[in-house]
Amino acid sequence: MSRRFASAVTLAATLALPSFAYAAGPDIGHVDKQGLNTTAIALFVFFVLLTLGITYRAARATRSTADFYAAGGGITPAQNALAIAGDFMSAASFLGISGLVYRSGFDGLIYSIGFLVGWPIVMFLIAERLRNLGRFTFADVASFRLAPVPLRTLSALGTLVVVALYMIAQMVGAGQLIQLLFGLDYWKAEVLVGVLMIVYVAFGGMKATTWVQIIKACLLLGGATVMALIVLAHFGFSPNAMFEAAIAIHPKGAAIMAPSTVADPVSAISLGLALMFGTAGLPHILMRFFTVKNAADARRSVFYATGLIGYFYILTFVIGFGAISYLMADPSFFKVGANGSFDKITDLIGSTNMVAVDLAGATGGSLFLGFISAVAFATILAVVAGLTLAGASAISHDIYVGVLARGRVPEGREVRISKIAAIVIGLLAIFLGTLFEKQNVAFMVGLAFAVAASCNFPVLLMSILWRGTTTLGATVGGFVGLGASVAMVVLSKAVWVTTFGHASAPFPYENPALFSMPLAFLVIWIVSLADGSARARHEKAAFEAQFVRGETGIGAANAHAH
Amino acid sequence: MNKYEPALRPDGPDPDYAAISRDPRFRTLVARRSAFAWTLSGIMLALYLAFTLLVAFDKPLMATTPFGGVTSLGIILGFAVIVIAFGLTGLYVARANREFDRLAAAIRGDLR
Repeated sequence: MSRRFASAVTLAATLALPSFAYAAGPDIGHVDKQGLNTTAIALFVFFVLLTLGITYRAARATRSTADFYAAGGGITPAQNALAIAGDFMSAASFLGISGLVYRSGFDGLIYSIGFLVGWPIVMFLIAERLRNLGRFTFADVASFRLAPVPLRTLSALGTLVVVALYMIAQMVGAGQLIQLLFGLDYWKAEVLVGVLMIVYVAFGGMKATTWVQIIKACLLLGGATVMALIVLAHFGFSPNAMFEAAIAIHPKGAAIMAPSTVADPVSAISLGLALMFGTAGLPHILMRFFTVKNAADARRSVFYATGLIGYFYILTFVIGFGAISYLMADPSFFKVGANGSFDKITDLIGSTNMVAVDLAGATGGSLFLGFISAVAFATILAVVAGLTLAGASAISHDIYVGVLARGRVPEGREVRISKIAAIVIGLLAIFLGTLFEKQNVAFMVGLAFAVAASCNFPVLLMSILWRGTTTLGATVGGFVGLGASVAMVVLSKAVWVTTFGHASAPFPYENPALFSMPLAFLVIWIVSLADGSARARHEKAAFEAQFVRGETGIGAANAHAH
Repeated sequence: MNKYEPALRPDGPDPDYAAISRDPRFRTLVARRSAFAWTLSGIMLALYLAFTLLVAFDKPLMATTPFGGVTSLGIILGFAVIVIAFGLTGLYVARANREFDRLAAAIRGDLR
């Protein structure tokens, strides 16, 4: 194992799920080690055909902007919850977190919890008002009473930065995973993923994107449930027995039951804040609240989604512990040295990000292994499709219609621009995925959450909740939050030392959110207070109408507009 | 209203927002919902920060096994945070469905 890969794994462990993004690293000399599992390929081909069929049907029903961005508002709360949960149950959280549990036990739970606790915040502060005030993107809400040109420019930029960071991490992870599972060349895997996501989004819009996500969420939840049940049954449904067996065989022994790899407290809290509040600023998640009928359904979506995501993280925890007992006892999962010895963590074939896939083979044979491999692939496709749609909407609805054309665009042309944007984003994703193949992308998802928490979330929350927010304040504060979070990450160890090779990092912590998020709120507040312009007075006066509509749902957009 | 955003303008003339915001029912709705939402947000944030601080500062405590066996306090607390997060959202939905929606519907009903 190269030193660079080892340090990337350590880094990834501190940055939560992106560990998966680095799964294969430069160490992947045996891409066909999992064998060309024909079940996996057959199931995956079946999934692709099924989703293409759905896309074909969705394309025929996708004409208006409401169809394209919001699936015509015809998604039920349960369906929306599955789609939302699907966005969070990425291959990164499935494989990355179970791998983290395999390596260090308890620590995997810390990240799961961080990803989950943002959901109550979304529910209490954002979801209903977002649905009441917006139509397709969160910029609709941010610019409700504030000047559209600066606010939509800012929101679109925030969206595109988050989407780009998230997407690069997913694309690099996708390429390496597919290489490992299916023996496909890295660049071919990038093209395959890119082309499929273009087809889903450009032809099927939100309807296809949502259904791809729902199907994948059901497959993933079903597969993970079966795997966790087999593991628990093996231990007579006693978690304590499962933990005992894991302690007995894990090289770290009883240390796996308590925190071990956690960095300094400031970094831990900063990452925690980024995960918690970043969720409330993720554009591809916020968009999903416009696909349901009304605020009450938006609220139900969050409730079910929180349950599904929490359940999923409990499953990954069980899977991680199951993998410890099942895999560590069996040398066939490891690169065994000449004297028959192997390291139970570093010598695992295909790195620890493969433990969930390996466990599928160990518990259910090659058929189940093939199923879980196909599901992992499907997961990547569904997540990148959601990101592409969010990016395309920011370009067409916010930049093209809201900023360049000042709202005067026929619907047909807006939909056409969205489709072109989806194609461009897909091609860019293929290009960036290939460009970043050998780069350390582990910090990117953490950064995406930090940007969402420091730019999108403060602007959205302040424009909704505080009468005094003005265009100038929101715009300056949003850009400061965006700039500060990106700058601090560039100056942190992950980029400044690991990528640029400097000796030490000027910014000593691993995540900027603890500083950049309060800074954004502070700047919005101070600049808004100091803004004495006529426009500012008008905007403060317009708060009353926005507030009444946000709280009661009066005049809420009905996405059923056909 | 936002003059650049025809898509967001409601059909027909706007209702009298100033009158609605003086409506005692509206004031009740806003007061109850915001008190409830901020309280729940505060509970969630406090629990999560407490968990994170324990993880960062008191690893030995998290390693203790309060109920015997090997299951550590850290794992119990972690699962508790997951369950509580779900429970809090459920609590909010239950009250919003029962109480807030009825108030909002009554206010909207007057406009028709």
